[in-house]
Amino acid sequence: MDCLSSSPAALSSLAAAGASPISYELPPETAAFKPGPNLETARNNCTGCHSADYVNTQPRNVKSKRDFWQAEVTKMIKLYGAPIDESDIPKIVDYLSSTY
Amino acid sequence: MLDRREWMKRAGMAALATGFGSVKALAVDTVTMPFENGGRPLVRYPQKRPMIGLTSRPPQLETPFSIFNDGPITPNNVFFVRYHLAGVPLNIDPDKFTLEIKGKVDRPLKLSLKEIRKLKAVELVAVNQCSGNSRGFFDPRVAGGQLGNGAMGNARWHGVPLKTALDMAGVQQGAKQVTFNGMDTPVMDTTPEFVKALDVDHALDGEVMLAYGMNGDELPVLNGFPLRLIVPGYYGTYWVKHLNEINVVDGEFDGFWMKTAYRIPNTPCNCVEPGTTPQAMIPINRLTVRSFITSVANGAKLKAGGTTLKGIAFDGGKGIKEIAVSTDGGKTWTPAKLGKDLGKYSFREWKLPVKLAAGRYELKVRATSNAGETQPAEPRWNPAGYLRNVIETVRVSAA
Repeated sequence: MDCLSSSPAALSSLAAAGASPISYELPPETAAFKPGPNLETARNNCTGCHSADYVNTQPRNVKSKRDFWQAEVTKMIKLYGAPIDESDIPKIVDYLSSTY
Repeated sequence: MLDRREWMKRAGMAALATGFGSVKALAVDTVTMPFENGGRPLVRYPQKRPMIGLTSRPPQLETPFSIFNDGPITPNNVFFVRYHLAGVPLNIDPDKFTLEIKGKVDRPLKLSLKEIRKLKAVELVAVNQCSGNSRGFFDPRVAGGQLGNGAMGNARWHGVPLKTALDMAGVQQGAKQVTFNGMDTPVMDTTPEFVKALDVDHALDGEVMLAYGMNGDELPVLNGFPLRLIVPGYYGTYWVKHLNEINVVDGEFDGFWMKTAYRIPNTPCNCVEPGTTPQAMIPINRLTVRSFITSVANGAKLKAGGTTLKGIAFDGGKGIKEIAVSTDGGKTWTPAKLGKDLGKYSFREWKLPVKLAAGRYELKVRATSNAGETQPAEPRWNPAGYLRNVIETVRVSAA
């Protein structure tokens, strides 16, 4: 408990914190998927939940791009509940592993 | 939980009464992180100075590393941002906000922000570091947010001990864990809500805090306004933002973000042979000990002669005992002078005057905690890219 210090005097800015609701505006998205085969399938299935930079920033110097992206697509479906049609899975993996 | 259509509508809402203005120019510049595919935009968000943009939806912003040379406290307007779910709460009414405490308690509660602010306040300086800070440096590379070293920050948190609120509710005998949920929501209702858990004893230790203040101001929206959990010494994954729901449970919470995600190998080093799969995993917990040189960047060209090296160190809550610096690639080490002690959970500044004759240098810094934990010379590896704490090296030349 040696790091906790009692501070009865409220911080001025906190005490003055008003009642008004706040509204925050996120900047527009600018990242885009790179052109490649089955781009539309990938875009339609991925962008509902996250922006393209989630894909763009992944490492490219991996041992097997196909294994890497297959694992990612599987993760999105199995763990994050992405509603991806069975028939779209190979197309998305193809797009990702040949484009990134 | 929002369905997708509702979320899109909400995301498109125009700024209201006290909005933070419209955002026009997004990318103001670019930076290159020192690993493969490391190009990043410098982005401008409301309430923030230009930051390194990792992702935009959900937002992940990294603190430019030079900021850490400015002092031991990381300013609110450049403190890192990390969300998991794209349903970021953008319209918040602090007057209507409530924190609900329920489950295995005698008196289920709903506390307004005003009521929380009336409780006896405490302050604590503590480092918040993303579990995956520095993931971009992993070799072999692993999937996930490809962060440099800027997903960390040190702030003076202001709020009330979680124990105060839990005592008001009266935790019942037999309670095992306490779970924490915030206002952020997944896009799809099939995606697990971001809920984290602490053992009851930990939640009641008097240090875990409900914070509404940060460095003398309110929390920035993207850092969890109006209330977030502070778990001193623990990775940021536990520091639930926009915290509005606490549930006391009588078993081990088995939600996705505890049972499946944010896991580390259950080995003494919490690491495995690079590229291999661990046999058993446990939830990530305390920060590993780390230290950085902040006064010179990799590749810097210095004037030959005397210069003072400076930097920061931190650990998972024992405090920093010693910082040693090497200018010869780790062959010899010299103790540095520690800066002011802001508490055992804080960044600890250090400095050391050195003489560098003309030539090339491999500068290294190594911290040792009061528990005797120190940094490894070789990086440790785990499949999720967490816990990085190898001794950092900065290569410079003097002429």
